[in-house]
Amino acid sequence: MLEHHRKLERTAIGFVLAIMLVASIGGFIEIAPLFTIDETVEDVPDMRLYTPLEQAGRNIYTREGCYACHSQMIRTLQDEVERYGPYSLAVESKYDHPMLWGSKRTGPDLARVGDKYSDAWHVKHLMDPRSVMPTSVMPAYKWLARTPLDYEDLGLHLKTLRKVGVPYTDAMIEHAAADAFGQANPNSDEAYDLEERYGEDSNIRVFDGDSARLTEMDALVAYLQILGQLTDASYQETPLQSNKGTE
Amino acid sequence: MISQLTPGERQLALVLSICLAAVGGFLAIVGKDDIIAVHGLMVSAVAYLLVFIIGIEFFKPSPSPRRIEKYYDDPTKAGIVLALVWGIVGMGVGDWVAWLLVFPEATFDAGWASFGRLRPVHTTGVIFGFGGNALIATSLHVMQRTCRTRLPDQLSPWVVLVGYNVFCLLAVTGYMLGITASKEYAEPEWYADLFLTVIWVSYLILYLRTLRRREEPHIYVANWYFLSFIVVVAILHVINNLAIPVSLGHAKSYSLFSGVQDAMTQWWYGHNAVAFFLTTGFLGMLYYFLPVRAGRPIFSYRLSIISFWGITFLYMWVGSHHLHYTALPNWVQTLGMTFSIILVVPSWASAGNALLTLNGAWHKVRDDATLRFMMVAAVFYGLSTFEGSFMAIRPVNSLSHYTDWTVGHVHSGVLGWVAMITFGSIYTLVPWLWKKKAMYSNALVELHFWLALIGTLIYVFAMWNSGVIQGLMWRAYNENGALAYSFIESVEAMKPYYAARAVGGLFFLTGVMVCFYNVLKTIRMQDDATVVPERPPLLVAAPASAE
Ligand code: HEC
Repeated sequence: MLEHHRKLERTAIGFVLAIMLVASIGGFIEIAPLFTIDETVEDVPDMRLYTPLEQAGRNIYTREGCYACHSQMIRTLQDEVERYGPYSLAVESKYDHPMLWGSKRTGPDLARVGDKYSDAWHVKHLMDPRSVMPTSVMPAYKWLARTPLDYEDLGLHLKTLRKVGVPYTDAMIEHAAADAFGQANPNSDEAYDLEERYGEDSNIRVFDGDSARLTEMDALVAYLQILGQLTDASYQETPLQSNKGTE
Repeated sequence: MISQLTPGERQLALVLSICLAAVGGFLAIVGKDDIIAVHGLMVSAVAYLLVFIIGIEFFKPSPSPRRIEKYYDDPTKAGIVLALVWGIVGMGVGDWVAWLLVFPEATFDAGWASFGRLRPVHTTGVIFGFGGNALIATSLHVMQRTCRTRLPDQLSPWVVLVGYNVFCLLAVTGYMLGITASKEYAEPEWYADLFLTVIWVSYLILYLRTLRRREEPHIYVANWYFLSFIVVVAILHVINNLAIPVSLGHAKSYSLFSGVQDAMTQWWYGHNAVAFFLTTGFLGMLYYFLPVRAGRPIFSYRLSIISFWGITFLYMWVGSHHLHYTALPNWVQTLGMTFSIILVVPSWASAGNALLTLNGAWHKVRDDATLRFMMVAAVFYGLSTFEGSFMAIRPVNSLSHYTDWTVGHVHSGVLGWVAMITFGSIYTLVPWLWKKKAMYSNALVELHFWLALIGTLIYVFAMWNSGVIQGLMWRAYNENGALAYSFIESVEAMKPYYAARAVGGLFFLTGVMVCFYNVLKTIRMQDDATVVPERPPLLVAAPASAE
């Protein structure tokens, strides 16, 4: 073996190729099948898409680095299921480009925070976390309520998302900006159109409590309120599947 | 600096800078309604600065033809200084965000100052700014010595170094402006990623060109590690960052992958950034600077082969241990756990090889703080790789994951191993590069050593405590069979540990500042004509019979 290795050490290109070969095996065997094995992601009929406003909120969540402190992945462990709700299924982040499963819980998991609190609670909490949780270490996000949402080009965003695999229709792309406006303006015509496109269950409300304008706060709260609400699938299965670990 | 380049290289440098300015200008124009324009303008500004720097010395006489008799060390010198500057910035921001968890109101009601935006400034600043510059600088030094040849030209190392730092600058300013792809340790957006790809390929080509000119038949061990660092990081970077931008005028892009596939790709990347950036690159450093400083050959050639290929093969399987009990299919989790456990073998082979190399030189370790840095680095490397394998075991991971234990583990690796080996290498290298007899002050090296060690220990112990307490509180039940603690109670329990961690970080940061001061003072010292260039230390215990 040493003899062979001494030979390999004499050729730089050979060495580079050997590294590439040896290093590729593991990743290939673990990742490639995830795209081809059907069971990897469950098939659920009721899975719905993020509305333009919710997607905009998701982008704010990413931008602010909320994922640095919050996970969105409930593990198949008894205490997590009791604390946060049914464990997360792969399908629930099927349209998440990229996923925000997170790796650290300085704050609690948010995978099912949708519908847990009122919009007003979220706004108050985001404006000043310590006003609702005196010992919280979460930063305040006051500027979100001051910053108007930039929603004119949301159509381009939806179009890009379609390119990477999210099934937005032409109409959704075309009317993305109007839909974003409508979702936060319940009595508008746009709200009615949004319901047509995204379904009866869509949350149509003045999320930040100020109907005069569409802010980043509106978008972020709309996103938080949809977390865990895209499908009912996780509530239908038995709480702990036997093929997943149960410690 | 520029006067060392040949007239042809100066022209090319000028052309490249103008191209860069044009790219920046293009981004500024097509992205005028988007935040990307800020970056476009920034890139242009940097490019014009380069044009200016080149212009000043453009018509200076050509460098002496005798220069090719010597190694080309200017880029290494610049890289060392840059590494220290990034180190202070990155660790400074790190300590700042640590204090933010104690005093969460200190964000000035401004987006750029909030925890979520600053945290990646810290990670990028230390991993890529500090670590990356140290790796580029030392690798340029090491490859020339171990190949007994000068770099093939004088421009490409500057392209790599300057380009790389422009990338780091785009990255950290981007986060503060709100530009992020949100993939941990791969946050920069698509245009910065593309730019880095170009720079990184130039780095590989530079390395291969130097190797081709080598006067040593065999490629020295340190170069294997540097090569694997460059090659594999390129693969990881390109695949994990595959994304489609909203338009050429938008900073925002959407990852090609989603959900579970994205999670797996991300942690395949994430853990192998640990492997091929933070481990093999720095092992390259260790395999060169430890033997020269100790004046002893590497203990075992055979062990270095085994550990090299073991690490290269096994690491690529272990990323999935970041996803235990998640929606990732079970079989992948099991593979990840199994390979993580096996990984302790080549890791300990490396650590053992390093420590056994010191065997017989323990008196030097006692007296020489520089060598002690390297010894402690090898010990922390051994400890944190063992800890890593342990934490990859599923039931252990059920407790440790999502907690500060992970943060503690990472820091025992990056403070204890990565930073310590870098300091040891810097203290060895700086007097050589600047032709001085020794560092300006050995007492300050000694001081830095203790600050770094104490800081690391405080940090790691604080995070072990907080992590384990967190994990246990989350899963504790009371006698009625209900969860015993609310989440906020676990947050409250962290307070003293978060404060202690920030203090530990402050120790470490102070150490780096002492180091920077010492290095600057050394550079300013009187040159010492008696310093002979160090001999090429082909100290590896190679079997002579193989020739
Ligand atoms: C420094 C870490 C940190 C960051 C960054 C952070 N949070 Fe939090 N978050 C916490 C902590 C700690 C709590 C628990 C205490 C509380 O409720 O404030 C929390 C609680 C929450 C809750 C309540 C969850 C529940 O189930 O009670 C929501 C919602 C939330 N955060 C949203 C966000 C959003 C949105 C962002 C980004 C804009 C964000 N957080 C950024 C630390 C953080």
